[in-house]
Parts: sequence; C-alpha cells; structure tokens
Amino acid sequence: MSAALAVTDLVAGYDPGVPIVNGASLTVAAGEIVAVLGPNGAGKSTLIKAIAGVTPVQSGSVFLGEEDITRLPAHRMVRHGLAFVPQTENIFTGLSVEDNLLLAAGILKPTERAGRIAEIYRFFPDLARQRRLAAGRLSGGQRQMAAIARALIVAPRVLMLDEPSAGLSPKLVEGVFARLAEIRAHGVAIVLVEQNARAALAIADRGLILVEGRERHEGRASELWGDPRVAELYLGGVRA
Amino acid sequence: MNLQFLADGILTGAMIGLGAIGVTLTYSILRFANFAHGEFIAWGAYLALGVASASGWLVAGAAIPIGPLSFGWGLVLALLIAMPLTGLLALALDWALFARLRDKASSITVVMASFGASMALRNLLEFLFTSRPAYFSRELQIAIRLGWGVRVTADQLALVALTAILVISLNLVLSRTQIGRSMRAVSENRALARVAGVDVDHVVRVTWLIGGALACASGVMIGLVVQIRPFMGFDMLLPLFAAAILGGIGSIPGALMGGLVVGIAEALSAATVGAEWRAAAAFVLLIGILLIRPAGLFGARE
Amino acid sequence: MIGFASYAFFFLTTALSYAIICLGLNLQWGQTGLFNVGVAGFVGIGAYASALLTTPATDAHLMGWGLPIAAGWLGAMLVSGTASALIGFATLRLRSDYLAITTFGVAVTIHLIALNAQRLTGGPYGIAFIPRPFNEVADRPLLFNGLNLALVAALTFVLYIASERLVRSPWGRVLRAIREDERAAASLGKSPSLYRLQAFALGGAVMGLGGALQAHFIGFIAPDNYLSSLTFLVWTMLIIGGSGNNRGAILGGVLVWALWSASGVAIGAIVPAEQQARAAALKIVAVGVFLALALLLRPRGLIGERTVVSRHLDE
Ligand SMILES: Nc1ncnc2c1ncn2[C@@H]1O[C@H](COP(=O)(O)OP(=O)(O)OP(=O)(O)O)[C@@H](O)[C@H]1O
Ligand SMILES: [Mg+2]
Repeated sequence: MSAALAVTDLVAGYDPGVPIVNGASLTVAAGEIVAVLGPNGAGKSTLIKAIAGVTPVQSGSVFLGEEDITRLPAHRMVRHGLAFVPQTENIFTGLSVEDNLLLAAGILKPTERAGRIAEIYRFFPDLARQRRLAAGRLSGGQRQMAAIARALIVAPRVLMLDEPSAGLSPKLVEGVFARLAEIRAHGVAIVLVEQNARAALAIADRGLILVEGRERHEGRASELWGDPRVAELYLGGVRA
Repeated sequence: MNLQFLADGILTGAMIGLGAIGVTLTYSILRFANFAHGEFIAWGAYLALGVASASGWLVAGAAIPIGPLSFGWGLVLALLIAMPLTGLLALALDWALFARLRDKASSITVVMASFGASMALRNLLEFLFTSRPAYFSRELQIAIRLGWGVRVTADQLALVALTAILVISLNLVLSRTQIGRSMRAVSENRALARVAGVDVDHVVRVTWLIGGALACASGVMIGLVVQIRPFMGFDMLLPLFAAAILGGIGSIPGALMGGLVVGIAEALSAATVGAEWRAAAAFVLLIGILLIRPAGLFGARE
Repeated sequence: MIGFASYAFFFLTTALSYAIICLGLNLQWGQTGLFNVGVAGFVGIGAYASALLTTPATDAHLMGWGLPIAAGWLGAMLVSGTASALIGFATLRLRSDYLAITTFGVAVTIHLIALNAQRLTGGPYGIAFIPRPFNEVADRPLLFNGLNLALVAALTFVLYIASERLVRSPWGRVLRAIREDERAAASLGKSPSLYRLQAFALGGAVMGLGGALQAHFIGFIAPDNYLSSLTFLVWTMLIIGGSGNNRGAILGGVLVWALWSASGVAIGAIVPAEQQARAAALKIVAVGVFLALALLLRPRGLIGERTVVSRHLDE
C-alpha cells in the first residue's frame, strides 16, 4: 500500500541558507496516526508548515499518494486533500463558526457544501449549537474543535495538527484526542505534532522524534514510550 | 439654525463614504494606506466623462435629461462602464507597482510608492485635460423644498439613493457570498486564509476592482454636483482617510458612517466658520479620533 | 562669466537648502523609519515662523517683530520642532501608516492656514520684505550670492557633522535598532516611542530651518510654495541619494534639484507659453515614475546605508 503522505529529505526554513528543518523524512499511511515529538525549537512546526506549503521548501519532496505536491502554494494543497491546523491563530475569530466552515467549504462544489457542513455538525454537535457565535468567543476547547472542523470540511486524506492540546485542560485534551481517533477510523492519515508526549503516543501508531530539524528516533509508539534514551533525552520532564 | 448644512453634509458624506470604503478595504486586505486612492476618484470621473461624451456623440438623445434630473441615460451608461474601467486601472497599478513591492519591501515603502503614484496619476490628468474644470451637465436644476429651510435637487436625492444601493449591495456581498467571506478572512489572517484554501491573489484582485469601482462612483457624484478637476481626488484624500479611521479600519458600514460624520462636520464648519475652512474639519476629526479612540468609533478591533 | 558664477552660486545655495531639508527627513525616515508625507507643511511652518519674526512691522500680516535673522531661524526650528513633537505624540504609538496620514493632513492644514488666515499670514499674497542675509551687498550679485552660498554651505556642513555624530552616538544606534526590530529594542529597556518622538521632532526642526533659509534667501513666501509637490521632490531627493546616509541625502538634494531646475529651464525655452502648465505637469509625472522606479529597482539609492543593521545593538 502506498503511503497517504510521504515526505523525503525535506529541507526548509524561513531565510535562504538557514535551514530549520534539515533533511527530515516521514511517511503516514491511511488510517494511521504519526506523532512528531521533540524539544522546543526542534523545528516541528516548521516541518509541517513546510509540508503544508506555508513555509518555503528548499529541497526534498512531498508526495500525497502518487501526486508530487512539493512547493504547491498552501491554498492548492487543500484541494489535493491535505488539511492543516496551525499551532496558534487557527480560526477566524471575527467570523461566525458557520462562516468559518463555509469559508473552508469554498473549494467544494456549491451543491455539496451544505451537506458536508451538516455532516460536520453531526460530528461536532457543540459547534452546531454555536454556529452563529463569533468564533473568537468560543472557549479554548471549542475553538480547537472548530479549527479541526474547519480542516475536516474538505474531507482530507491527510490531516496535520500542530499541538492541538496546547493550553487545554487534561479533560479537554482527552476529548480532542478521542475525536482524532474517530477521524482516523474514517481512514484519514494524521500527523500530530505534540509537546504532550504521553497523550500523543497513547493514540499514535508510530512516533518520530525531531531534534535540530532531523528525525533522531523513529518507531512504534509503544516502543518509543518505553525507550529510556528517548524519555531522558527528548521527552524531558513531560513524562514525569 | 438652518438645517441645510445637514442635507449638504449627507451628500458630501455619501461621496466621502464611497471613497472611504475603497480605502478601508485596501487597508485591511493589503495592509497599507493607499495615497493613490484619491486618483481613482478623479480618473473615474474623467473616464465617465469620456464615455458620456462619446455616447452623446454616437447617439442623439443620450444627453437629454431624464425627468427632473440634470443628466441623461448617457451618464448612467457611462457610470456603468467607467466603474469597471476604474477597477481595472487600480488593478493595473497594483500589477505594475504595489505587487512588486509587497513581497520584498516593508509596508511603508508601499505607502511611499502610492504617494509617488498619486503624484504621477494626478499630473497626468492635468497634462491631458489641463486644470480647467469640466462638467457632466450644464442643465440648471430647480431645488425641491423639504421644509425646515432645507432644499435639495433631484440629482442630490438620486445620488444619495445610489450610495445606499451600492453600500447595501456591497455589505450583502461581504456577509453572504464566498468571495465576501474570503475577503473578511484575508483581512483578519492572511496566512490562515491560505491554509483554509483561499486564493489570496484572487481576493486582492477583487478588492482592487471593488475599491476602484466605488471610487469611480464617488468621482461621478462629485463631478455631477461640483465639478471635474484633476485635483478633485487629491482634495478628497484627507476626508477619505479620516472617514476610514473614524469608522474603524476594515469596516464597510463604519467607512460610510465615518464619511457621513466627516461630511456633516465639513458642512457644519462651512456654515459656521466659513467655507474656506471646510477642509480643516477632516483634520481636526482625524487628530481627535487618533488621540481618543484610534480603533475608530465603530470598529471593534485595531 | 561673472553672471554664470553668480548663477551657479545661487543654484548651489538653493540646492543646499534642499539638502538641509533632506538631512531632516533622513533623520526621520533614514535613521528611524518614520514616514512623513507632510514635509511641505513642516518646511512651511519654518518659513512662516521665521518670516513673521523677522519682517518689519506691517499692516499686511500680524507680528512683524523685526528680529534679527538668526532669531528667526531659531524660532523656525523651535516652532517646527514643537509642531512635529505634537503630531508625533498623537500618532507615533499607532501603526506607521497613521503617521503618514496625519502628516499629510498637517501639510494640507498648514497650506489652508497660510491661505486663509490672512490676518496672520498675509493670505494668498504671502509675506514679502523678508530680510535677506548680506542684503547690504545685494547690488553686487556675485558677492551677495557667494556670501549666501558660504553661509548655507557652512550650515549644511555643521548639520552634516552633527547628524553624523548623532548617527554614531549610542542614541543613533538605538534608533536604528528600533527601526529594525522594535521588540528586541524594547526588550533591552529602550522606549521606542520616546526615541522615535525625539528623532521626529529633531527632523522636523531641521526641515523648519531649511524652510526658513529658503524664505530669507528669496525674500518672499506664498502658500503655494508649500504644496505636496514639494514633499514629493524632497522624498525623491532622499530616495535617489540614499536614505539612511547623510552624504546621500546631501548628494540627492543637489542632484535632483539640478535635474529639476534644468528641466524647468528647458521647458521654459522649448515649450510655447500656453502649454507650459501642461509641460510642468508632465515633469511631475516623470518624477513620479522616476521615484517608483527607484523604489522598485534601487531602493537603497545611489549611496546606500553602509553599516550592517543587525550589528547595531551589540556594538
Ligand atoms: N516565522 C519565523 N521566522 C524565522 N524563524 C522562525 C520562525 N518561526 C520559527 N522560527 C525559528 O525556527 C526554529 C524552529 O521553530 P519551530 O516553531 O519549528 O519549533 P517547534 O519545534 O515547533 O517548537 P515549539 O515546540 O516551541 O512549538 C526556532 O529556532 C525558531 O526561532
Ligand atoms: Mg511549534
């Protein structure tokens, strides 16, 4: 089976000649969750931003199934089925929840939009109740759900999330991750960047530890969690 | 006190408001204060004048006044043609100048370029048409008495109605359509808009088209009730900025309300202090709002 | 030959007075990144302030205190600097474009006041009989123009040295640090708005002085000397010369003034009288295109800024 997303030797950064991601590779199969972990400033956000077309790619390749999508502009990526939820400012606070979803539905056929949004509301009933509210007035957990909902509107093949648990209480984190598990069950490939290694590895199939822009360890989630070198070196205090 | 100033102010405010909508849109979506926006007003008026004269030439009767109005259907046609043309002019300027600077230079460099462009565009008009004023129509109009000493002409009523139609339609576009949502999204967070699948370049093009078209409408209004001169847009620039800031950058209803406030303040100062001081009203309002409430009277966010 | 030398002196004096205005603008824009679209207004404030202080008493306008020229110049700097400080106070804490918009408004309003506050400013007729330096030798043009050139050149030199010292002082380094990275500078405990305000006021004072020099050199001012085309010309001088560089500011002033007056002479000679207004308009179009091209193709000007910016803080 070919991978849903295959990233090979990716080099990316903000200024030419200053690579932040320095030759990282990553594959995710349909229905699989891969956690990307690593210390602060390792380049995790930069890696998925580069995959999503937000940050310039200097070299390497990104394949979505059989399609080469390297260096496509971000708004084209979505049309190919790659959705991305950024780490911060991942929702339009001035738009209503519904407008956020309608905006993202813009790339669907006009006849499909309403049906797809209804489906999303069934999946996130809380959002349906607050559809008229300005997204900026949602609570932290709801806001994260709205951001995920916005990304799911296009029925992506691959969903990438940057620290969806940041700033949420453990209970809310549980809720968000439960949703991710359901999404995976629908056959979506998920790339999950996380600080919260415990929660991430708990639902991930595989994990990848990024240090200085390169993967240092890779393996099954359960093995990584048990590996003392990994725990001490890169997961730091999180495990305790 | 005579309430005539209120009627005058609302009319002036409508013209300022239409221009200020363009300023506020470019400001919130392209993130710079466009000093060339006044020139779209002047160019729009001259383009409409060109089309109107041509239609008068080609078809007898195009210039015959419609009912109590001072102009014929030739000018209506001219407005409909000149609006997209002015939009294209704005688009061309963006392509030739602003787009090239946007990616590599600081936003204030783009402001400076717009200042240079405004000088060039304005003086090009003066070169082509000289500074002698031109008119859409020389028909005299009989004012209608509305009571309380207020007199208005049929043209003025038609123009206020036109403004209302334009602003309401634009507001519907922004709140109900996909391009409107995209424009609001880009104005709030350009990077996230891209991630959400919005083609930002397309949104930028539409913004210029709308801003240019509304500027043209404003220019035609000024040409109809005052006169057409190469400096007509430049003289509007300060009121436009004052209105856009007063209304809160990015807000369409705010820009119109800001325009009305500036227009009425101008008319009031003309009626009390003297007509020669009316241009200072916009400046006083501008300083006042920046000191007291820089986010604008109607705006929620900075 | 003497006529030519005399004209050359006259030309250079005017050019250097523009160079001084450019030095003021460079302090605001080149060093600090503040975009002032109201240069004409601040130059006009200086010109009017000095004229009102130094002209003999008259019925044509208020004041006319007959003070010495030097007092007029000091007054010009003071009034222009204060006006800049007030505008800066209102806008510098806001988005950078708001300063541009407000200074534009200042220029419009100053022109309006010059035109309409007839009691104070003489209205559209302007102010005449502004005392000229070395007026005692005005009947000997070569000497008169030479002495004036020497005076303006000396002032330009002093201002250049002062600007250079400022740029190299710790104060100047903080300014540029703020221009490049406001947050980093603020984190070092420097208050960006205070520094910006100082630079803006100082630059405004220098522009006012430039305006006063011109007024006294010509002996006559009128509102229409201070239109946006003046702002535009000064900006073109600074951008062509090289913003951020004081020698560039002076070079740009002289060079662009030479081109500007040469094309004016050419138009006067070639174009028939009834078409001259049109030709003058075309001249401004050309400068506008020129400025846009300069921004696109050579944003650093003829002499760009020399030092590497990111080093400023750790020097
Ligand atoms: N917009 C940017 N421009 C320039 N450099 C940046 C930018 N964003 C991040 N960096 C730099 O890139 C490096 C990696 O940042 P990145 O955000 O990818 O790390 P991260 O692994 O996501 O860290 P965190 O866990 O804190 O989110 C850091 O040194 C950071 O300073
Ligand atoms: Mg990150």
